[in-house]
Amino acid sequence: MRTAFIKTLCELAEQDERIWLLCGDLGYSVLEGFSGRFPDRFVNVGVAEQNMTGIAAGLALSGKVVFIYSIANFPVMRCLEQIRNDVCYHNLNVKIVTVGGGLTYGSLGYTHHGVEDIAVMRVLPNMTVIAPGDPVEARLATQAILNTPGPCYLRLGKAGEPVVHQIEPEFQIGKAISLQLGIDLTLISTGGMLQSVVLAAEKLASQGYSVQVLSMPTVYPLDESAIVQASKKTGKILTVEEHGLGGLGSAVAEVLALGEIPVKFKSLRLQREAIKVAGSQAVLRASQGLSLEEIVEVAISL
Amino acid sequence: MLQQNLCQELANSIRRHTLKMVHRANASHVGSCLSMADILAVLYGQILKIDPANPNLPERDRFILSKGHATAILYAVLAERGFFPLEWLDTYCQDGSLLTGHVSYEVPGVEVSTGSLGHGLPIGCGMALAGKREGKSYKVYVILSDGEIDEGSNWESILFAPHHHLDNLVVIVDYNKIQSFGTVKEVLDLDPLVDKWKAFRWSVQEVDGHNHQQIEDVLNSVPFEPGKPSVIIAHTTKGKGVSFMENQLPWHYKSPNTEQLSQALSELEIQL
Repeated sequence: MRTAFIKTLCELAEQDERIWLLCGDLGYSVLEGFSGRFPDRFVNVGVAEQNMTGIAAGLALSGKVVFIYSIANFPVMRCLEQIRNDVCYHNLNVKIVTVGGGLTYGSLGYTHHGVEDIAVMRVLPNMTVIAPGDPVEARLATQAILNTPGPCYLRLGKAGEPVVHQIEPEFQIGKAISLQLGIDLTLISTGGMLQSVVLAAEKLASQGYSVQVLSMPTVYPLDESAIVQASKKTGKILTVEEHGLGGLGSAVAEVLALGEIPVKFKSLRLQREAIKVAGSQAVLRASQGLSLEEIVEVAISL
Repeated sequence: MLQQNLCQELANSIRRHTLKMVHRANASHVGSCLSMADILAVLYGQILKIDPANPNLPERDRFILSKGHATAILYAVLAERGFFPLEWLDTYCQDGSLLTGHVSYEVPGVEVSTGSLGHGLPIGCGMALAGKREGKSYKVYVILSDGEIDEGSNWESILFAPHHHLDNLVVIVDYNKIQSFGTVKEVLDLDPLVDKWKAFRWSVQEVDGHNHQQIEDVLNSVPFEPGKPSVIIAHTTKGKGVSFMENQLPWHYKSPNTEQLSQALSELEIQL
């Protein structure tokens, strides 16, 4: 996803001189494509995320569209108040881009697990929150946020994720992407769990279930009508995300509860407790109940 | 641009507005406002290239009040300069007013909302960097409080600005030497403050922050060195201009009652 992001950003920057990119001394061997071509619009601010976010606000107040790039929690948690006051309060054109969403960097330890970021970002005023499901969505999201004024949080995985969308989908901020229609159950995922829910749907189909699959890259603003329609049509919703409390599952639950929609609903997400052991993304997902088998099992039990 | 005697009058008048605003709103931070009255008067009277009729001109100078709790006097000087009607000052902190108790960019003439400390300088760095890389002539002025320098985010900016040769960036430290819980020396000593900025490769000047000629001269000489950001350590007196407020910690919080207000206003009348 990060490769798709930086490639797309370079293409956009060729056309749009407002685009700047800041990093906090992270992104080695990723960002050179941009910094080499647009040195006047690139700054490595050093290991200083609070300053980076403030600088981004100052640049945005000077008419720039500023992308800030770092790993998982660093540009989100470390500088949360700068995001809240400087970026969101002023409704500025600052796009916060993280790599390492979820358990991408599982073995690096809890400091590097981006597992509360969606919850925190989706409650801030003016903030659009997007977690693309594959490199195709990452590319389309990068293009879309440039054309959407205001703050945005773009949560990416790493490099080398599989392409799930074989045909380019229509991508619109705030709209779900339907990958498959069905009548027995709807699987909704955000971010890198997309491939898992698509594979789960295949397994379920082989067992005779007709499953609808929605990718929900935009967690805020949420596509409420897609959720309501899916509930009415299939009567069962299962959300799947590589994130803890307060993310997609919580957001969908709010829609269902407030809409008083009669539906069977479950949310597969990470536990609230910090993960204190090393593990690959796949192993840690499984330890949190997010393996393919478990998704299938929970879907059948719903 | 105002003559210097008019600048003195501006300083006096924004002090009086502030006292009335803070009294009416039963608000805090009058001491923090009064300590930078003279700096604001010189900035807005003689230095800043701004046009109240066209507040968004791309070439305008930018001013950021990072010590956003001292907002009453900023609103006062903006109203005096004609960014909005003076009557608005009566609504300070009142229900439904845009004039909130910490600086709000919804108010005409304000560049940046502040209130949580340590935010203004990073934003100022961004504005200065944009100006520098695009060859613009504007300057960016940021007022920091002394207590605010405790915030680590400032030091990230203090490292950043010289590295990027932001000589269009000017910091003014309102060094009144009293912060929230006591003197700066008692709470978290900044000494040697001048040497600290120098060690970070800023060009430093010290002034009497109540002497208009000194303030004007120093602001007219920025950048002090080409290629370096400038910082002015302005030695000030908290509560300056009102005898019973000067150097008194409680006036970080207290609001003058009717009697105290009238005494303060009469002291300022005499100074005119």
